[in-house]
Amino acid sequence: MPATILAVGEIADGRLTKLSTEVATLARGLAEVAGGTALGLVVDPAPDAAAGQLAAFVPRVIVVTSPALTGEVAAPHVAGEIVRLLSEGVTHVVLGATTDGRDIAGMLVGLTGMGMLANADEASWADEGPVIRSSVLGGKAVTNSALTSGSGLITLRPGGVTAEEAAAAGVVETREPSAPVTPAAIVLDRVAEAGAVVSLEDASVVVVGGRGIGSAEGFALVEDLAEVLGGVAGATRASVDAGWVPYSRQVGQTGRVVKPALYLGLGVSGAMQHRVGMQGSGAIVAVNRDRDAPIAEIADLFVLGDLFEVGPALVAEIRARRGG
Amino acid sequence: MRIVVLTKPVPDPDARAERLGPDHRLDRAASPTVINGNDEYALEAALQLVEAHGGEVVILSMAPANGTETIRKALSMGAHRGILVTDPALAGADMPTTIRVLAAAAATESFDLLLGGLDTSDGAAGAVTAGVAARLGVPLLSAAAAIEPDPAAGRVRVRRLSTKGYDLIEAPMPAAISCTQALGAPRYPSLRGIMAARSREIVILSLNDLGGDLAPAGGAWATTVLAVDLPPARAAGRVISGPAADTAREMVDFLASRGLV
Repeated sequence: MPATILAVGEIADGRLTKLSTEVATLARGLAEVAGGTALGLVVDPAPDAAAGQLAAFVPRVIVVTSPALTGEVAAPHVAGEIVRLLSEGVTHVVLGATTDGRDIAGMLVGLTGMGMLANADEASWADEGPVIRSSVLGGKAVTNSALTSGSGLITLRPGGVTAEEAAAAGVVETREPSAPVTPAAIVLDRVAEAGAVVSLEDASVVVVGGRGIGSAEGFALVEDLAEVLGGVAGATRASVDAGWVPYSRQVGQTGRVVKPALYLGLGVSGAMQHRVGMQGSGAIVAVNRDRDAPIAEIADLFVLGDLFEVGPALVAEIRARRGG
Repeated sequence: MRIVVLTKPVPDPDARAERLGPDHRLDRAASPTVINGNDEYALEAALQLVEAHGGEVVILSMAPANGTETIRKALSMGAHRGILVTDPALAGADMPTTIRVLAAAAATESFDLLLGGLDTSDGAAGAVTAGVAARLGVPLLSAAAAIEPDPAAGRVRVRRLSTKGYDLIEAPMPAAISCTQALGAPRYPSLRGIMAARSREIVILSLNDLGGDLAPAGGAWATTVLAVDLPPARAAGRVISGPAADTAREMVDFLASRGLV
């Protein structure tokens, strides 16, 4: 059976997410090596823009829309569409390793018994199927994993694949919705919180405040540095748990996985759960008073010092050089 | 209300001793074992809900035989009883098998809510609670930051973390909920709790007890680890210290050398 590889698109603010462009690039790349075909899926109440974007990456995009989707959680609906596509010959499904992607993957594993290759940093096609590489145990090891049958699921971490559009745009085909695989929860309200950001994964510079920032006021320094470096301010679990910073800014295993060109950690100890979320960064710079902080093991530059002295001095130095 | 909490014993991340064995599986003897962090948030939420609404908290684990130790800890925090599914045929179980087994065991309890962690610190696939929900045909409310059941109406509301804040979502019970740290820190076992836990029941079930073909014969799992490598080594970093103005200058020199400023 030729491989038919489905890329599941996710939408934010009406647009296809960056991770979904990586998912689609991977699905197409795997299909090319396998001698099979790739297709995409978008399920949304307003799917048109994202469907067009997805069609730039794969030769065929299936669009499912329904007014009911506006007020309901998407995952059981998306899983319903994928169950139908599996019955029509889809062999492999690639999703982003996001909350929605994992919910959908879990539902499909539960219903079909398919194998799941979780948290791929990259994937290739070898012999009869996909092989993923995944950083595990907080970066202590990298595993190569494969499926033992001719079908299965992959969840892809952000930043592991470079998105690349196909030579020609694909066709978009609209379908009637399938039944959700479970009763869908209804959405009563969508609440935006002050200080929440959506662009952590896309930022080329991420400045993170750890326990050492000491207070919500201390986070202002993190934001200052992020601004002067043209980046985004994030936080560790400790500073989120302390209530200094909203959860949406958390970098780590629970939270966002970032791979910026520059990661700057202020008062970050570098616990395993945090390292999972940032160790793929290009350059890692850390400011900490504790020479034994675990982040020293992975920092390209470790500044032993008080972040409240080094931070403002760094802001001043960058401004001075730009001015001079 | 009856709340089943899925709890997985995992290597203690703080011990930083996790490793894979020669069989490419987690070496469970290499590290002390704790309740998975996100499962502890689920447990704390369950305990608070039962304190407010009445009922019981049932711990459900699939683990080696010493999984009773982490269940006992959950009982000492206030959970009422435990179920451990343990079977030599489940060593190294894959995701479909784990979901099938946990769903079959959860189905023996007529629960109002089934709570699990958003993901685990060792496997980290983050798919088990959703898989169990789908097998049992109950709605999934994922990434919970707050859980508000209305037992009289038979419904539950959840604040679901989003990239911008949260979505307020609602579903009929029984329902499954995946839980995050935003639910709040777990309590420590009290001395009284530790004493009380000694007499609380842990039912131990084998695959036979659950019935049906839940695990493939001979460990023919759906996925396999082909190889384990060490991560690419990062070049030894530089350590600097001194007056802030000097270190700041060195930092900008470093950033400039990498084209980052």
